[in-house]
Amino acid sequence: MLDTKSTDQPYRKWVEFAIESLIRVIGFSSIGFVFLIFLFLMREGLTALLDVSWGNLLGTRWYPILDIYGVLPLLLGSILVTLIAILIALPLGVGTAVFVREVAPGWAREILKPMIEVMAGIPSVVLGFFGMTLLAPLFLKYLGLATGLTAFTGSVILAYMALPTIISVAEDALDAVPKSYRDASLAMGATQWQTIWRVVIPAARSGILTAIMLGLGRAIGETMLVMMVTGNAGRMPLTLDSLFRPIRTMTATIAAEMGEVAQGSSHYHVLFALGIILFLVTFIINLAAASAIFRKRRRGGLR
Amino acid sequence: MIRVDQNKNHLVNKISVENLYFYYGKFPALKDITIQIQDRQITALIGPSGCGKSTFLRCLNRMNDTIPNTRAVGKVLLDDKNIYSPDADVINLRSKVGMVFQRPNPFPQSIYNNVAFGPRVLGFDKSTKNLDDIVEESLRGAALWDEVKDKLDQDAQALSLGEQQRLCIARTIAVKPDVILMDEPCSALDPIATYEIEELMRILKEKYCIIIVTHSMQQAARVSDWTGFFWLGELVEFNHTHEIFTFPRSKLTHDYISGRAG
Repeated sequence: MLDTKSTDQPYRKWVEFAIESLIRVIGFSSIGFVFLIFLFLMREGLTALLDVSWGNLLGTRWYPILDIYGVLPLLLGSILVTLIAILIALPLGVGTAVFVREVAPGWAREILKPMIEVMAGIPSVVLGFFGMTLLAPLFLKYLGLATGLTAFTGSVILAYMALPTIISVAEDALDAVPKSYRDASLAMGATQWQTIWRVVIPAARSGILTAIMLGLGRAIGETMLVMMVTGNAGRMPLTLDSLFRPIRTMTATIAAEMGEVAQGSSHYHVLFALGIILFLVTFIINLAAASAIFRKRRRGGLR
Repeated sequence: MIRVDQNKNHLVNKISVENLYFYYGKFPALKDITIQIQDRQITALIGPSGCGKSTFLRCLNRMNDTIPNTRAVGKVLLDDKNIYSPDADVINLRSKVGMVFQRPNPFPQSIYNNVAFGPRVLGFDKSTKNLDDIVEESLRGAALWDEVKDKLDQDAQALSLGEQQRLCIARTIAVKPDVILMDEPCSALDPIATYEIEELMRILKEKYCIIIVTHSMQQAARVSDWTGFFWLGELVEFNHTHEIFTFPRSKLTHDYISGRAG
């Protein structure tokens, strides 16, 4: 027994080394790829600043055919659609999370939770299809609009898409609130609703904030769905009724135009610049979410 | 059960429990409890773990209602009104019967907001009092004011455990209850914090009816006027504390307090 073991030793050492190296290569290469993609994005996008003047880039019109590359209508379009989507999704999402965690009886929770997970799995193109053929005609008919493909239509569907993320993360946050807080509140004579509103939701605040941030991140990066239902007209959304008019987002613009653009042209580089802006916005949102989580951890450590 | 005449003329009956049974599913956790609890006195409930003393305490403010599949049978009269009658208002009951829990459980909010929680939730008469006064008065009542008066907007959970427990007491008395239930309030605290809570209880007794569940027989002997001994869901003996600890009538009580049973 002892003999075989000693002859095995170098072999086992070698296997150990091989596995370790493999894992290290895999780990570093995925980080490396992300870095390379980032470099590529920067190289292709920042060139736009050499080709196109700042004045042109910060303009309010997007007509690539005439070499007019104002990104503001697209940026504002993305922001408008995303913000309205979150405004719709936030009360619905947190409300559903509160219902599932605090109000619904056990059996209903068992049914609802998997259903919400399934909701998250619906491909966005299917949602876009649903928006195009069902919601848009509905809005056209009942809101008295010129077209059903508007920023609002996009926001409603985006909200639906962001809901599962918001619900499940917010539900986890509510679940993490200790029962002792609820007991303390109820024992004071607070009603169930007062307990939820004044104790449970404030205690879950940072988790709910994270849920919103993750929802935001999903919504702003979404492409196919907004391309299908927002009408894609690159106009500045400055007036209130812009919400009920067609709009164009950064993601939809990149997806629609990248395929046909001449490689290396100004247009090509500006599209990459849009990618950089998108990356920065998502980065900031993720950073905000991470700091919210960090604050929560630190608070937890206090106890 | 063995009992003595409690009706000395200065005592007022606050809570009368008559033939109370309590069930977790089919398991009877309390069997035929009958007891009179006096106002402005400290009543201690002792007994081994699982004997039903905490369950009994939670029957008095109906906190057991929050546990599914439970049932209480019998009468609990608070000021001669049955809190288990169908038309009883649980919210109103809990504002009159406050509770302090085993582990200090302040909300993760400021000290001020913790104390102001009850008045805000239940409403208070703004014409005669403002919230700042209620908070100060309650914190003074819980002997915590001098320690926290300069940091009312700080996170309550940054306080020491003993301070947190006194904050929970301040939060409870902010709504002016009649009765304060304490469920092993010192079991998470060190001896000094325990001493401070016990001192506080002696002061609070001037105004409130206090019922405390405790694992520590020494604590019961130190602070309480009355002691009830629970065993397997039954109230074995209820008497003046000094009687229970010097001349227990029941052999079981005698064995328990002398450490031979339990």
